[in-house]
Formats: sequence, C-alpha cells, structure tokens
Amino acid sequence: MLSIKDLHARVEETTILKGLNLEIKPGEVHAIMGPNGAGKSTLGYVLSGRDGYEVESGSVEMDGKDLLDMEVEERAQAGLFLAFQYPVEIPGVSNMEFMKESVNALREARGENTLSSAEFLKKAKEACKQVELPLDFLKRGVNEGFSGGEKKRNEIMQLIMLEPKIAILDESDSGLDVDALQVVAKGVNSQRDGERSFIVVTHYQRLLDYIQPDYVHILSKGKIVKSGGPELAKEVEASGYAWLAEAEAEGADA
Amino acid sequence: MSEQIDQALARKYDAGFVSEVESETFPIGLDEDVIARLSAIKGEPEWMLEWRLKAYRTWLKMEEPDWAHVDYPKVDYQSISYYSAPKSMKDKPKSLDEVDPELLRTYEKLGIPLHEQEMLAGVAVDAVFDSVSVVTTFREKLEEAGVIFCPISEALHKYPDLVKKYLGTVVPRGDNFFAALNSAVFTDGSFVYIPKGVRCPMELSTYFRINEQNTGQFERTLIVAEEGSHVSYLEGCTAPQRDENQLHAAVVELVALDDAEIKYSTVQNWYPGDENGKGGIYNFVTKRGLCEKNAKISWTQVETGSAVTWKYPSCILKGDNSVGEFYSVALTRGRQQADTGTKMIHLGKNTKSTIISKGISAGRSNNAYRGLVRMGPGAEGARNFTECDSLLIGDQCGAHTFPYIESSNPTAIVEHEATTSKVSDDQLFLCRQRGLDPEKAVSMIVNGFCKEVFRELPMEFAVEAGKLLEISLEGSVG
Repeated sequence: MLSIKDLHARVEETTILKGLNLEIKPGEVHAIMGPNGAGKSTLGYVLSGRDGYEVESGSVEMDGKDLLDMEVEERAQAGLFLAFQYPVEIPGVSNMEFMKESVNALREARGENTLSSAEFLKKAKEACKQVELPLDFLKRGVNEGFSGGEKKRNEIMQLIMLEPKIAILDESDSGLDVDALQVVAKGVNSQRDGERSFIVVTHYQRLLDYIQPDYVHILSKGKIVKSGGPELAKEVEASGYAWLAEAEAEGADA
Repeated sequence: MSEQIDQALARKYDAGFVSEVESETFPIGLDEDVIARLSAIKGEPEWMLEWRLKAYRTWLKMEEPDWAHVDYPKVDYQSISYYSAPKSMKDKPKSLDEVDPELLRTYEKLGIPLHEQEMLAGVAVDAVFDSVSVVTTFREKLEEAGVIFCPISEALHKYPDLVKKYLGTVVPRGDNFFAALNSAVFTDGSFVYIPKGVRCPMELSTYFRINEQNTGQFERTLIVAEEGSHVSYLEGCTAPQRDENQLHAAVVELVALDDAEIKYSTVQNWYPGDENGKGGIYNFVTKRGLCEKNAKISWTQVETGSAVTWKYPSCILKGDNSVGEFYSVALTRGRQQADTGTKMIHLGKNTKSTIISKGISAGRSNNAYRGLVRMGPGAEGARNFTECDSLLIGDQCGAHTFPYIESSNPTAIVEHEATTSKVSDDQLFLCRQRGLDPEKAVSMIVNGFCKEVFRELPMEFAVEAGKLLEISLEGSVG
C-alpha cells in the first residue's frame, strides 16, 4: 500500500529525514514514536507534499504509483489523508461547505457522482455524531473559534467523511484530556476496516492504549532506529527516550 | 506558495467582446456646442440645457482631483466622444420586436436576456448601451403599482417636474470634478420613483454596457423613494476588451424621504485592462444618498473590474433616526488600482451607520479603503461601526486604509476595526490536502472572507457575485 525507501528530506537548509524506510500493508496501523525534533511531523508533511519540504533522495510509492511525483491535491485524491496537529482556521467558510467541496472533489477525481446536498448532509450528520460534535458545528467557520479538542475531533470527522486509503494522524492526541482522547480514538477505530491503513504519529504512549497499533517504530534523528509490536510502546513509556542517546553513543563507540 | 501565486496571471474576461452595431457617434471633443447638440438629440427642455451649461462652465474652472491612492496618465477630455448610440435606436423602437437583434444578442451573451418571459422572475431591467437605454422591461407591471422605472432621458419628457425637483439636490452640479463633467454631458441612466407607502413589487436593475471605442459613458441615475416606500435596485456593468483606457464617470443620487428604504447594489465588472495594465476602464463615480427621518439607505458593492476605481458611495443622514449602510467587496488583481470607500455624514439625532469593507488584492494591484465618518453638532446619540478588512494574495500587491473620523458631538460613538490578513500557506495547504485544487481553494477562502457582504446582496445576485469572483481569481494561483 505504502512503501517508503531510504527517504531523505529537508526543510530549508536542514536535512530532517535521513534514510527512512517503512512498509505499510493494507489495513495495518503503524505507530511512529519519538522525541521532539525526531522528524515525526516532517514525515507527514513530506508524504502529503507540503511546499518547503524537499525530498533529497529516496522513493515513496503508494499503490505502486510514485507519490512524490504528485501534487498535494493529487495525493489527497489518490487517498492520502493528513490529520493536522494544528488545524488552521478558514474564517467565513463553513465546515459544511468546506467538507462538501472536499468530498466532491475526491469523488470527482475517482470518477464518481458528486453528492447532492441531502446525501451529503446525511453523511455529515452521522460523522458529527461519531466524534460527538453538535450539529451546529457544520455551520460554523472551519476551525473558527474551535477549542483545541474541537479542532482535533473535527480532523477525525473529516477523516470519516473523506474515507482515505491511508490516514496519517499527526499528534492527534496532543492537548487532549482523557475523554476527548477516547472520542478521537473511537472515531479512528471506527474507520479500521481491514483495508484502510494508518500512520499514527505520537509522542506519548497513551493514545496507543486506545488505538491498538500493529507495529511501533521509534524515530530518532530522521531514521527509524527500532521497530516492534505494541510492547515497544510500553517500553518507551517506562524508560522514556533517554536510552536513544545512550544507544547512539554506544553505536558511535562501536 | 507565493511564487506559484505570482505565476500565470493571465486573466479571462468573459464580457470582453465587441458588438457589431452601427452607431451614431459624435466627433471627439467637448465644448458648449457639443452639449447643445447632445441636449437637442435628446429633445430636452430648455432648463436642462441651461443646467448642463452651468455645470460645464463650473467644470472648466475645476481641477482633476489627485488625492486618491491611484496613479494613471491624465485623461485628455478633448479626445473623447461624448455621445454614441446605435443607429437603430434613433427611431425609438416601441417594443422589443423592433429592437436591433444584435443589441438583444449582446445582452443575451452577457447572461441578461431581455425577453420578459426568459428573465429572472421578479427583476425588471433597464439596459443601457453606450449613451442610450435600449429597453426597460416589466414597465406595465411596475406602472400598476405606481412605480416609475424608465431611462432618465425619457423621464425628462414625461416627468420633468419630478426630475427638476430632485436632480442635483444630493450631488450638486459643482460637487466635484467628475460630477460636474457628468452633469454637463450625462446621456442616459435610470430614473426610479416609488410613490408614498409603496413597496416596489420587484427588484429593479440597470445593466450598463460600453461598446463603442473612444467614447466615455456618463450615466446619471436618480432614485426617489417617497415617504414609507421601499425599493431594491441593482446595477451591473461590463465593457469590451480594448487597449485604450475608457472613461466612465457616473453620478447616482438617492433620495429617501421619511421612513423610506433604498437598497442599492452594484456588481461592477468593467474591463480591468490586461495583466500589464494596458487598457481598461477608468471608473470615476459619485454616488450619494440623502436620508430623511427614519429613512434607510444601504449601499452594497462588489467591485471586480476597471483599471482604476475612484468611488465612495455615501449617505447623508439628515433625518433623525436615519440609517446608512455600506457593504463593499473590492477585488483588484493584475495592475488594477482601487480607491474606494464611503462617507457617512451624521446630521440628525440617533442616526446610525455601518461600514463593512472587504478589500482583496492580488497580483501587483493596489487596493485602498478611504472612508469618512462625520458626526455633526446635531448628531446627538449617533453611532457608527466600521470594519475594514484587507486580504492579500501573494506578496507584490498592496492594501491601504485611510479612515477619517470627525466628531463634533461628544455623545456620538464611532468604532473602527481594521484587519489585514494573507491567504496563508497553511490555509492553502489544508484545502489542497483535502483534495481541492489551488484555484478552488483560493476562491473558497476569498468567498468566506466576503461572506458578510455577499449576504447583503439580493439572492440572485449573490450567486452571480460569487461566480464573478471565481472568474476574477482564475489564474491568480499557479
């Protein structure tokens, strides 16, 4: 489904990703953990094609197609979704309009009919319910005056609406209390159907109590330094990331 | 992202075609004889000619204003023709069947069919082509309600007393350079009269089209709403794509008597010139309304066209408790320049005004808001609220705000809020990540920015305005 090979990427003059490899099969959930500055958010931006994030070398294929060759919107249309860590406001554009345009842009790209207002509304109402947002959210401006938790839930609502093939969750847990965290996790879990894949980027282990990953990878200094099953996340919780520095020091000695 | 935005600024202007119509056009130049000829062709009463000549003599002594934040080569007023009309209009067609089909086709191409059965239900249109009115629809239906809606040239014949009573009362002949010029040479425009207590049964609209080369368009609109009456009026404007600049200097006067309400909306899409600033309309317009007791005048404008815009629709809030509103979206791109805003002159007690101005600048354009709020000594308890927002697209354009506040009454309250923002990379990225192409994304962001103004437009035109904005932004992102 997604195949990342020896990916090097930089922001301005600084190389952030330094040879990242990752294979994701349909239906798998991969958690990416790591200390601040490891390149976790950069990975999401590079995959989604954000300007200013330049790929130096390596390849990324999605369903056998060269992802790096596509425009931002083409990647989205191909089924890549990024849930933002800090969702931006678009004043005056209602959530409803925004999502309707998005849903229909994706449908059009897939050669499907666009949804009528009634069909769309029905879908949107269900999605609202799933992330426990009141319906008047649809009428409010995109992220306009939303609390941090509302913004994150709104991202998950978009995930539900847009039905991507692969979703990257960029610290969807940051700044959430336990209740909100559970809502977000529930929303995400409802979208696990054995086909859709996820990359769950997080600093803390607690999100993974609610979203069970198949694999956990530790990202440090732009590389995956350790991979394992869910137990790896527990290890991190117990010992923090300090051991990474030690491991590195040992590596340097060796 | 801004690099991408700067690229590909090729603009599509749908209304840029020329109609092949044989016209009678005055030779270029302006003097008293030209004015006399013009008045004679229109068969005007003696007093009208006198009025024009007085305006002309005042104009000769005036200087073209240069305080606006715009820069353009001076207009040579002797190289313009002051009258042009399709020959077929000479015999004054009595019905639509007698109107030159080429003229009808012109309006059809612009999306304004003039056959009543094909039109938007509930909208009457006066179609002005160069210096004359081609047709005014739904007149009978309006007459039943006692509403007069006709070309002002016709009103001068049919209702001379009404015209004489109000013409120049809100915008005097010598008000400013362009208003004086207009008073001397105005050719056509609309006249609207709503009798006491009548709610106009339909939207009224005038569609202005400049077609002929090297001509100026000088239209004059006069709307009189008698006590307790109500009218909503909309004007639209387009012109062919030409390399020369053309002058449009209009005057609009609104009179809202006690308890009357006038809503005046403009969708201005004159040819803006090409991306290098060649050609385009100079839009130098004076619009002003007078409110008597409890009256309300609301100006809504969507300005997307013209090379240079100089325009300040204003309200004189003379009567106690009267209300003035100004809602504006001005979009400039390429090399367009706009200096637009309003004047709210509070004279009566408890008068209220609201100003919402949204300026959007793209390309290498300049967009200025200029507004005056004056609280006179008698404006006890008056209030103004001004919100002035600018949105920048790219990094080579400019937004400027020039608010003037003068208060001679300590009980009056004036509030001013201003913001400047950019279509941010974050916003564009979010939209694109959700599958929207950059143009769609920008147009959605801009539409959201303008929402407060669009909702003031009559419904049919709100859709049109949104579409217009979409076309105007086409190619503004690469």
